[in-house]
Amino acid sequence: MSRKRTSRRLAADVSLLVVAVAFALPLAWVVLSSVDPHADLRVKTPDGFTLGNFDAILTPDITYTPLLNSLILCGGATALTVACAALAAYPLSRFRSRLNRPFLLSVLFATSLPITAIMVPVYALFVRVNLIDTLQGTILFFAASQLPFAIWLMKNFMDGVPKELEEAAWTDGASSLQSLVRIVLPLMGPGLAVVTVFSFVMMWGNFFVPFMLLLTPDQMPASVSINDFFGNRGMVAYGQLAAFSVIYSTPVILLYVLVARRLGGGFALGGAVKG
Amino acid sequence: MRRRISRALPLTPALVLLLLFLAGPIAYCVWIAFTDLQLTGQAHASFVGFANFRHAFRDDAFLNAVWLTLVFTVLSSLVGQNTLGLALAALMKRASKPVRTLTGGVVVTAWVLPEVVAGFLLYAFFRREGTLNAILDWLRLPRENWLFTLPILAVSFANVWRGTAFSMLVYSAALDEIPAEITEAAEVDGAGGWRRMWHITLPMIRRSIGTNLMLNTLQTLSVFGLIWVMTRGGPGNKSQTLPLFMYEQAFQNSMIGYGTAVALLLLLVGSLFSVVYLRLLRTEV
Repeated sequence: MSRKRTSRRLAADVSLLVVAVAFALPLAWVVLSSVDPHADLRVKTPDGFTLGNFDAILTPDITYTPLLNSLILCGGATALTVACAALAAYPLSRFRSRLNRPFLLSVLFATSLPITAIMVPVYALFVRVNLIDTLQGTILFFAASQLPFAIWLMKNFMDGVPKELEEAAWTDGASSLQSLVRIVLPLMGPGLAVVTVFSFVMMWGNFFVPFMLLLTPDQMPASVSINDFFGNRGMVAYGQLAAFSVIYSTPVILLYVLVARRLGGGFALGGAVKG
Repeated sequence: MRRRISRALPLTPALVLLLLFLAGPIAYCVWIAFTDLQLTGQAHASFVGFANFRHAFRDDAFLNAVWLTLVFTVLSSLVGQNTLGLALAALMKRASKPVRTLTGGVVVTAWVLPEVVAGFLLYAFFRREGTLNAILDWLRLPRENWLFTLPILAVSFANVWRGTAFSMLVYSAALDEIPAEITEAAEVDGAGGWRRMWHITLPMIRRSIGTNLMLNTLQTLSVFGLIWVMTRGGPGNKSQTLPLFMYEQAFQNSMIGYGTAVALLLLLVGSLFSVVYLRLLRTEV
């Protein structure tokens, strides 16, 4: 029996390693090419080691401005999303009302709508109301598109905070807003972190929304500017492209690791999705 | 009454945002799908009834996009992400800890990467002078110009690479919930691995399979950046799925009305899946 078990474990290990290698190949390309003076499109051991690719792209034009734009765009929209979601989740989690269920069902319905499909009408609408090519317009749309999932997650986390703790505060005459800010939110730190990080990561990687709603190159976030960098330069410097990809991806990977560590592995998304 | 209003007050900011920027555009979408609105911005777009839709169903390029979207969704979401995700989750339950951590880490990294970066990595992988052909050379197998001859297959694989982690996480959580006694009892009764999978595991996680399939499909229906970076929908329109077709009609051909009609169809298909997903969750809300 135990020998059978060992051999079964070995088989599982080998199969998983094969998959891991296949998944790792494209990742290896970007890491190796970013330090390779003669990078091309294949995974290969670098011809020496250079930081020249990073040097070449660490300029205001190529890196700093787009990253700053991404930060303003995604940071602003995340703050808005999290604030609105926390406020909205409170009555949904705390008070019983006939309207809760239909509202939550609509929210859940909206989480799974393909946002891509409404971008053409959003563009047309933004042209009419003069929000096209503005950061604030893009921030508002980003926040709205992320809000359904954020409300849903936030409500589930808030349900985990026992109501008894607030009842004392209510009898002392605290308002809903006070008990939300002073009692509930501090107790759901990890949940708040998940909603914040998840919203930010989704927006940081989003290409289509800023691609449609912003026009001026100076305002473009990294997700769009990297595409111009790649597409419009005729001769592509693959090493530099890889270096830029590394810099642009690092923040979201770090944020993910930070949250996943605190909450243990597969965590909230699996759970959130299942309700 | 006043109390009820003051209690609902915190919902206002979210409600305003959702109505203005989500429900608004959807309503606007329904309206302009029935007009001949163009990018050049004529003073008044006129109502044209179902003309855009009739046009679509006679347009070979549209039917091509529908077909490719179907292929892309079935290959990458139903077959690829879903099956591979389940297989990985099942294997991980048996594997040793270091291998489990390593594989999980690599697969999840592919998922967390920004869409455009994932597009570049797989563009490099599938290019004529890229990694895949280098491996084929090494194995002495014939090489292929993947992005040119089989672009839809290449972008489907790209979507599997990028999206499998989600299914893997969902299924890992689901498998952890199966009580160990049940699997052990079946093992004692002499049921082999495949039979246990088919008769015990799959029925027990069917709810997770349902939700996962729905969410994968919805996510796959709206993939734009990945395909845009890898092929721009080309060569010709050999990898032009509906979102790319919609974009081309609206912006390259300046037919916003027509592009929106296509968008509306996509939205309807999405809503349909979304409703099914809600039914699956019904008991849990």
